[in-house]
Amino acid sequence: MQLLVQQIVDGLAAGAIYAALALALVLIFGATRIVNFGQSEMATFCAFLAWQLCEWGMPVALALSVSAVLAFVLGAAVFQLVVRPVSRASAETVVVVTLGLFLAFQALCLWLWGSDQRTFPALFPAGGWTVAGVRLTANNLGVMGVLCALALSLAALFRFSRLGLGLRAAAADADKSTIVGIRVEAMLMLGWGLASVVGFIAAVLVAPRLFLSPIMMAPVLVYALAAATLGGWTSAIGAVVGGLVIGVAESVGATFLPFIGSELRLLIPLALTLAVLLLRPQGLFGQQTAVRV
Amino acid sequence: MSLLQVRDLHAGYGATQVLRGISLEVHAGEIVALLGANGAGKTTTLRALSGLLPARGQVLFDGVDIGAIHPARRVALGLAHVPQGRGTFGDFTVEDNLALGAYTVASRRQIAADMARWFEVFPRLRERRQQRTAWLSGGEQQMLAIARALMSRPRLLMCDEPSLGLAPAVTQEMFRVFERINREHGSTLLIVEQNADLTLRLAQRAYVMETGEITLQSESTQLLASPAIQQSYLGA
Repeated sequence: MQLLVQQIVDGLAAGAIYAALALALVLIFGATRIVNFGQSEMATFCAFLAWQLCEWGMPVALALSVSAVLAFVLGAAVFQLVVRPVSRASAETVVVVTLGLFLAFQALCLWLWGSDQRTFPALFPAGGWTVAGVRLTANNLGVMGVLCALALSLAALFRFSRLGLGLRAAAADADKSTIVGIRVEAMLMLGWGLASVVGFIAAVLVAPRLFLSPIMMAPVLVYALAAATLGGWTSAIGAVVGGLVIGVAESVGATFLPFIGSELRLLIPLALTLAVLLLRPQGLFGQQTAVRV
Repeated sequence: MSLLQVRDLHAGYGATQVLRGISLEVHAGEIVALLGANGAGKTTTLRALSGLLPARGQVLFDGVDIGAIHPARRVALGLAHVPQGRGTFGDFTVEDNLALGAYTVASRRQIAADMARWFEVFPRLRERRQQRTAWLSGGEQQMLAIARALMSRPRLLMCDEPSLGLAPAVTQEMFRVFERINREHGSTLLIVEQNADLTLRLAQRAYVMETGEITLQSESTQLLASPAIQQSYLGA
């Protein structure tokens, strides 16, 4: 029982990271109907920027803030320069373009910083507490706290602010938004910038757990894609729940199903997603879209 | 001086030219009808004026050439467009739709006051303010589309076939609202319609379009008085 609770707690912390990246994916999908396969590597690139700034002697908090701003600019620029020109192209074309982003940013990181693993500054203290035999590390709690804060601020932005209303409208219908005076292109650019910051936060949460390396986010991307699919691509709540469910399933599954072990654990989220999709093709929180022909 | 002055406007879709040099004028405080059969280019005219469609020619709005101005900015200048099929956001609440209408308005106080004012004019919308717009009846959605456009405090309100798909009683109610906002708020209206008879009773002047050109302009009373003209131009 204790072991199970421990696996759930650890799984939630890992899941919070998948959820954060899934949120970024869902933000972009909601705004532009594009799955950005490059999200994870753009995030890694920005985490490297933060690391580099720290190396140059900038205090961690300042380095993270500056990198978050750079992440926003990067997301907006990628949309404007790479994605917008192909936004009217076929779905296959767009998939190839965002896969290209994945490769480009990974290669860029390798070129600039090499393949060595770097130690990313710890964001939370090393200690922890043991409650009823279950180990709660400060890092795990911190990661979950960041996810909560992130999800709540995004929810508040979209629900209560004028900018959020404009973002939702621009995502829903370009022509209708234009005639109420919304600059749709600007909104979509903002959306990509925002998603890039959210992805950056995910990368910053990952980096101290493993090591900073150009390929550290690739497995996280697989989990985040599974989380977004599980939750339903149109739902931010779905992305969060999907991420947490997958984190827990991975951690519990790998521990309690001995034949899985560490080699097959990447398959757990995929198997789970497949099972859910068989029962609910639109995902747990997704809306069924009917198209009249 | 006229509020809207259009000279030699050309527009189309791809290689297809729809508008072949139309000119028209709307004076402040007026209600003007733009009539014509299906496919005459009425909707294209409004889309070109609001900037949804690229166009050639001169469009002066209160003396300012708005041809090169971004469509979103035209709303802020006071040009509101209620498109055919209403253009409301079905997944959004009635209140959110109205808030979107005031997207170009900075003052929260003005937005709240305007919303209260239009709830006065459209009491059904007040009752349904928290509901999803897709659940409203066709008439209510059209009222919402008009109220939403009014939230931007437009100096010119352009409505594209507001009576489309509505029951006659609802259409009449809507035209009474047009008359009321014109009288009480001094709103200037440019109304595109197929329902020529009702529109001519509301409007002071009318333009008639045929295959991308304005073929007739006249006082409404003259058009109404001449069955021959109605028959040949409006298919009435």
